[in-house]
Amino acid sequence: MKPAPFEYHVPDSLEQALALLKEHGGDAKLLAGGQSLVPAMNFRVVQPGVLIDLNRVSELAYVRQDGENLRIGAMTRERTLEIDPLVAKQSPLLEEAMPHVAHPQIRNRGTLGGSLANADPAAELPVIMLALGARLKARNVSGERWMEAHDFFSGMFTTALAPDEILVEIELPPDLPHTGWSFMEVAPRAGDYALMGVAAQVTLDENGRCRQARLVYLNAGDGPVDAKEAAKILGGEMPNDDVIEAMAELVSRKEINPFGNIHASSDFQRHLAGVLTRKALKQAIERAGEDGLQ
Amino acid sequence: MKQLCAVNVTVNGVSYQREVEPRLLLSDFLRHELNLTGTHVGCEHGVCGACTILFDGQSVRSCLIFAVQADGHSVTTVEGLAKSVDQLHPLQQAFWEAHGLQCGYCTPGILMTMIPFLEENPNPTEMEIRQALSGNLCRCTGYQHIVDAVKLAAEKMR
Repeated sequence: MKPAPFEYHVPDSLEQALALLKEHGGDAKLLAGGQSLVPAMNFRVVQPGVLIDLNRVSELAYVRQDGENLRIGAMTRERTLEIDPLVAKQSPLLEEAMPHVAHPQIRNRGTLGGSLANADPAAELPVIMLALGARLKARNVSGERWMEAHDFFSGMFTTALAPDEILVEIELPPDLPHTGWSFMEVAPRAGDYALMGVAAQVTLDENGRCRQARLVYLNAGDGPVDAKEAAKILGGEMPNDDVIEAMAELVSRKEINPFGNIHASSDFQRHLAGVLTRKALKQAIERAGEDGLQ
Repeated sequence: MKQLCAVNVTVNGVSYQREVEPRLLLSDFLRHELNLTGTHVGCEHGVCGACTILFDGQSVRSCLIFAVQADGHSVTTVEGLAKSVDQLHPLQQAFWEAHGLQCGYCTPGILMTMIPFLEENPNPTEMEIRQALSGNLCRCTGYQHIVDAVKLAAEKMR
């Protein structure tokens, strides 16, 4: 099908975009990469009265180091994250996840901010933001505010952004020493929506005990699912198969709430979550140990 | 009143100026405004890959971009590959020789996906080829001859 008519604006600065958004408010949609919004418009599921195209707001497309943190502009293309050496250095977890984000043709257009603001529970990038402890900056005409990734995602395709706010920047903190990572997912084909996926970050202390762990799942509930209880089991422990098994059990039975779909029942998704938890934890722990321990 | 927006776009090296409704998809602009019907439209929601073109040299779905967004940009469609009717692009020649198509509906999108892929990966493995093809649906071939054609093309283009 074809999109319904809309009024089109293409600001070339953030200030202009914010003013337009304030003027048109709830009737307006922001167009980032368009890889989720345009299909929805083609289906006429979404029919905005006004479309504000951010693709000429070049000040929102950057990856730069700022002290210890990495700052990424919301309009940075997914393809850029995939190949940028600063991303690879600061956030190997993000780099590892990028090839799983849809197909290259989609990553060439899709943006980090667009994916986060879309808040699809099956998307990889929201999960990565939670796992990395990212902070997100929103702007409106009167100012800016920062949110923790945890507070940003508020449900199925829903975020904490107000109607007059634009997500403008994502801040990634550096990994602590002796941190290992892993991203794994199971999809019917490369680039398809995954049936289940997990991002794991594990930080060990000098003696090889776990200082901190994070496990975040996609397609496991109505947003990125942070398995905090399972992560606690590993805290202070020497990682071993029994602990990993207990974590996988807790995640797959209790902490996720997958809905099931045409490709997989919720039982099968729970099974996959257990399998992926074991594999991802082992890889993350191994990588943490490679970082100068013993 | 219908809003009309100016589009100045270079397609296959030729500059075009048009006025379009902002809701016009780039795929429809290429086909109906410029009569470049080599770009095929399959699903119109970014799944099938038939409408893949190069946008500033990168493969993208033309059904997920509005024509107005192409203003000031450069587009290459399948019509831009062959130097002449008698001289196919090596990638097209390989698809001809290896019989990398049946009905041909998905072929333009596959070619426009493989052009940047082979530029970045001149010597791909079969697994890499299959992964690179994963965003393009073919309902005839079972992909085997397409994979063969891409392997042959890689040899020709190296």
